[in-house]
Amino acid sequence: MPPKKKAAAKPNISAEELLGHYREMLLIRRFEEKAGQLYGMGLIGGFCHLYIGQEAVVVGLEAAAEEGDKRVTSYRDHGHMLACGMDPKGIMAELTGREGGFSKGKGGSMHMFSKEKHFYGGHGIVAAQVPLGAGLAFSDKYKGNDRVTFAYFGDGAANQGQVYETYNMAELWDLPVVFVIENNQYAMGTSVQRSTKSPSLWERGAAYGIPGEEVDGMDVLAVKEAGERAIKHCRSGKGPYILEVKTYRYRGHSMSDPAKYRTREEVQKMRDERDPIEQVREMLLTGKHASEDDLKAIDKEIKGIVNDAAEFSKESPEPALEELWTDIYATEIPQEA
Amino acid sequence: MATEILMPALSPTMEEGTLAKWMVKEGDTVSSGDIMAEIETDKATMEFEAVDEGIVGKILIAEGTEGVKVNDVIAILVEEGEDVPEAGATPAATPTQAATTPAAPAEPASTAAPAAPVADATPDWDADVEVKQTTVREALRDAMAEEMRRDEDVFLMGEEVAEYQGAYKISQGLLDEFGAKRVIDTPITEHGFAGIGVGAAFGGLKPIVEFMTFNFAMQAIDQIINSAAKTLYMSGGQMGASMVFRGPNGAAARVGAQHSQDYAAWYMQIPGLKVCMPYSAADAKGLMKTAIRDPNPVIFLENEILYGKSFDVPVMDDFTIPFGKAKIERAGDDVTIVSFGIGMTYALEAAEKLAEEGINAEVINLRTLRPMDTATILASVRKTNRCVTVEEGWPQGSVGGYISSVIMQEAFDYLDAPVINCTGKDVPMPYAANLEKHALVTAAEVVDACKQVTYR
Repeated sequence: MPPKKKAAAKPNISAEELLGHYREMLLIRRFEEKAGQLYGMGLIGGFCHLYIGQEAVVVGLEAAAEEGDKRVTSYRDHGHMLACGMDPKGIMAELTGREGGFSKGKGGSMHMFSKEKHFYGGHGIVAAQVPLGAGLAFSDKYKGNDRVTFAYFGDGAANQGQVYETYNMAELWDLPVVFVIENNQYAMGTSVQRSTKSPSLWERGAAYGIPGEEVDGMDVLAVKEAGERAIKHCRSGKGPYILEVKTYRYRGHSMSDPAKYRTREEVQKMRDERDPIEQVREMLLTGKHASEDDLKAIDKEIKGIVNDAAEFSKESPEPALEELWTDIYATEIPQEA
Repeated sequence: MATEILMPALSPTMEEGTLAKWMVKEGDTVSSGDIMAEIETDKATMEFEAVDEGIVGKILIAEGTEGVKVNDVIAILVEEGEDVPEAGATPAATPTQAATTPAAPAEPASTAAPAAPVADATPDWDADVEVKQTTVREALRDAMAEEMRRDEDVFLMGEEVAEYQGAYKISQGLLDEFGAKRVIDTPITEHGFAGIGVGAAFGGLKPIVEFMTFNFAMQAIDQIINSAAKTLYMSGGQMGASMVFRGPNGAAARVGAQHSQDYAAWYMQIPGLKVCMPYSAADAKGLMKTAIRDPNPVIFLENEILYGKSFDVPVMDDFTIPFGKAKIERAGDDVTIVSFGIGMTYALEAAEKLAEEGINAEVINLRTLRPMDTATILASVRKTNRCVTVEEGWPQGSVGGYISSVIMQEAFDYLDAPVINCTGKDVPMPYAANLEKHALVTAAEVVDACKQVTYR
């Protein structure tokens, strides 16, 4: 983790942009807190992996993306969906397994998709989304457009063989894919240091000829800037790019993880000193882009959105039993959005 | 406004827990993310964080209390200056969620699987259509070429498919006609390129992914099953993988245990996949064209020994065979033999020998294993009252085992003898020529089985 940077040292950022980042990160944080609460009440079952602490990664990269760019990620996917504009109601209702969810209640926390927002899941097998992301990029290159795909995966996935098979082919075929390693430092309970002697994960791309860089994932503006460099590289036909985004998850791996593999002090220190939302909040206040009252109004608005989503997720009915037998086979190919 | 803090469920299986330790006391101000308590679940001790902000008005469950039920009120948060209400009297408190939690399973009637189709015996092509002797190899190539001409989104990828012209020459000439953009050599990385193929299908293309043999697809089976087969369902119908995974399957000759496995039964089990296993060149051509057009992931199991065999293929502009339609290759009244793929060679050879002894076998070529044309099997068994299945795969969890169960359930009263499954032997494939011959199913075994069920 790079040392803490001085906030508010970004003169070229507009108030509007900063406020946008603040809103979007706060939406993810509050949404995830609410999801944790609903899980505690038994409304959400099974596995539920929260994104709290990592908000700047997806918000920064989505700020760099353009309409039509694609994204695919793992099971820790709520933040990605919110950041690309999917309706919080549909996400929360999927978490509760209801008809109003993005997958009609049949996917759950780990498996949601949106053709409209070019979000391709939501995948539960560690690293399986990496070749899928390269395949999405392959389809864009084949069609001759200049779209870019973001393939997100964690530091744990970064040791999977299929990642390197994919690096090799992505560079061989100049696929427009940004490999985003969300390095939150723990693969479930195993720290990066305990899983590899080559802890600089982005540098592994060099073996395949793929450029990349390490990014401070707690700083949304740094993420956005790096994202712009990565996209420019991919869109200009130069092939893939790797971003190793150093981030931190405050909660356990999933809801039932007591997180005993790290100290409470380590988590608290990160929250106190590096929190991505607090950093932007400080920039907004010290830069006089917003007042405490302005931010309070945003907080209230976000709380309203999240509460509405929670209400919807409780009120939406369970899927009809007939849904058990639908969507197993397509009768026609779903049209590309 | 007061907020009730409820005992949380902190694992998928937790119903109650121990409130091990309070990390806050009455009068403390908390904000979201603050750790309020430590709770022991059925699995571990977990920290429980505040979601709402407020002042801890009252702690209702003392630390150390065991057996606290999920959703019991454990504390009350109040706003500054607010009185602490009685437990259970907080009007705006979060309702007990158990009430809205989805309840009991409903009537099983509405969860019945869709009904099976009826048998369709129409011929694959009209009697007046000209036919041409074609090898299975040429038929597969012709089918792919026709579909690639028809649809720009169809492309072929795999090891040695382009410049080498195919390890088994199935893609001969395709690179010349369609170019390197659409006929793509991959490095030897089945897991990776299968996943890239699935991703390309999500992106709207129609990939044909060739495995040099299906033995190597074991490296890629996670992408085939978890990504290709399940995504349509997991996405509530929003997206899926319209693609074909193809290549030779099963034993070739003298290639040993790791290169000789028949995967028919494996893939046949997966909802979301369609599975073809053609026998003749006409099957191969008609089914391959259907597979490429199908909006679902299709497993297309070919056979190296059949590649060089010639069969009549109709000379038509657009010859296709629908999935789920078996073919009665030989009509008979005494016993039904059901097979598919190379198993058909043993089945037909056995039927010839049986005919010499006055036993008329009806031989059914399944062609697709999922969907499976059980209607044709059942109609035949109701006529012959006996059935023998033939496949090269292993006996436990075999295709024949499934067919036997369908016959038991649907036509038990018609059976005059137990169904016999002729399969490969329950051993890894040996290399020695004599042992390999014995490991595979043989026509003689099929003849014996038919005699057993006809009590001859």
